[in-house]
Amino acid sequence: MSDIRLEGVTKRYGPVAAADDVDLSVAQGEFVTILGPSGSGKTTLLSLIAGLNRPTAGRIFIGGRDVTEATAQERNIGLVFQSYALFPHMTVLENVLFPLGVRKIGGAAARSQALEALKLVRLDGLEGRRPSQLSGGQQQRVALARAIVFKPDILLLDEPLGALDRKLREELQVELKQLQRTLGVTTLLVTHDQEEALSLSDRIMVLNHGKTQQVAAPAEAYLKPANRFVAEFLGIANFVGLDGGRTGLVRPERVRLGPGGVNGGRPARVIEAIYLGQMVRYHLAIEGSEGAPIVAAVPFVGRAWQAGESVAVSWDAADIWPVT
Amino acid sequence: MRSSGFSFIAPLLVLMVFAFNLPILYMLGLAFWSKGQGFTLEHYEGLVEAPVYLRVLGNTMRIALIATLANVIIGYPLAHWMRGLQNRARLIAIALVVLPFWVSILVRTYAWIVVLGNGGLVNRALMWLGLTDAPVSFLYNELGVTIGMANVLLPFLVLPLFAAMIRIDDRLMQAAASLGAPPRTIFWKVYFPLTLPALAAGTLLVFILCLGFYVTPAILGGGRVPMISNLLDTLINQIPRWEQASAISTILLIVTLLIFAAYRRLDRKASA
Repeated sequence: MSDIRLEGVTKRYGPVAAADDVDLSVAQGEFVTILGPSGSGKTTLLSLIAGLNRPTAGRIFIGGRDVTEATAQERNIGLVFQSYALFPHMTVLENVLFPLGVRKIGGAAARSQALEALKLVRLDGLEGRRPSQLSGGQQQRVALARAIVFKPDILLLDEPLGALDRKLREELQVELKQLQRTLGVTTLLVTHDQEEALSLSDRIMVLNHGKTQQVAAPAEAYLKPANRFVAEFLGIANFVGLDGGRTGLVRPERVRLGPGGVNGGRPARVIEAIYLGQMVRYHLAIEGSEGAPIVAAVPFVGRAWQAGESVAVSWDAADIWPVT
Repeated sequence: MRSSGFSFIAPLLVLMVFAFNLPILYMLGLAFWSKGQGFTLEHYEGLVEAPVYLRVLGNTMRIALIATLANVIIGYPLAHWMRGLQNRARLIAIALVVLPFWVSILVRTYAWIVVLGNGGLVNRALMWLGLTDAPVSFLYNELGVTIGMANVLLPFLVLPLFAAMIRIDDRLMQAAASLGAPPRTIFWKVYFPLTLPALAAGTLLVFILCLGFYVTPAILGGGRVPMISNLLDTLINQIPRWEQASAISTILLIVTLLIFAAYRRLDRKASA
């Protein structure tokens, strides 16, 4: 178990900087997510930490040791790919035994260690199968077992749930979080899925064009984004005009709706009402305003407003966060 | 639907059976037939009694084995190297490997005479470098035949091998590296096993083609390196003893089938 520290890490491909002067500090046992759209350089950053790639500039420390020039073999990192990257010619057990064999651990000790890891990911009984005989979710669990069986210093996950369908993804998110807590292993996850980032991590690092946008706890990044990009990338953002020409952010859950014609609210018209189960999402046109529609997410109790109805829209001043 | 589909391929089927399969069966049957006697094994007895036949068979197997091994030693690194090339360079490399297919096998074989002859490129280079005083004889012996066969058959090994190698996901090797495996382990435990089925198939193909090779041994061997197909040529065109030739063909076919069966068994065991 170790901490991770990046100092001014930069990776250039010709004139393009896939990672641009990135600083990051992950404490021991912490779960940090690197979140960004495709092409933001998040996977590049992960491959630099894993040692599959060398940075153009900057230093990388794992457990206080400078590993910038170390090969992937020397770093003792558990790495899980989106594509699973299981060895197709080996059984599940052989896959999990592989990193132990490399470390000259063999025999009964290795076997019990591997079976233990498979039990942790709830795959006991499937050790004799080949990867091709498993479902996507099971394959991902094998990859996870293979990555933790040798007790790595840190765990790196590259879009580990990206190839799975929604229900399975949510199930595995919970398991992943529990597993990480059980093992207490420092974990860095890369994803473009903001929900995944918000639900799994202790802290989120938002990346765009290779540059750090914000590093913060999920709630803070969501409610107090450092800039407009973070505000829009993490969920739905309503931008409202403030005094002095500044812009403020109001999240949809903070928008209140009342019947039209009531004092204390701005008159608006419902453009669209989308029923989401627990919530109803409204797209609202504020009267006399040319801006983008306001989005409100309101718990569904009894009756929902219909498209075309007039409503009154309001929010607390305390729920506005000024963005640049 | 089924019957109409069959009627489309029926002419082809009839052609295959009458022009191809029946003559082969007739050919194989010839070995068990004697004029006036009917069924007989005398042609096979003749093969066993004259040791020259078995010697030629053994000779053929040995040369085929050496040429196949040479192919593997050259072809595997070549295919691996091609896999690592960038798009354009890879295209050029594939073209260079496939190019010999477009040149007549006769032209290629005669080209080796120019290259390997006493006054040829190789010998002149060797003497210029001072590695040898007298020309090394590459032609009209087993060495020349082996070199020629290895060259002609190389694409049959390289292409399937390359196709298999290019399908191997780079991330498998990256995963192995991240799990702590040094390059040698990655190669032997991950990369090589994944190329093994293609290597086995390609090797087998080359070996079987070597067994029945005619043109190259005939030209580069100059009649001094007897291989089965040259022996068959003699038995059919010169002596002529078709029954004997048929018996030898039957044995060659059986040997080939046995090798193929062994390969299938290995393959099934590997993928089970």
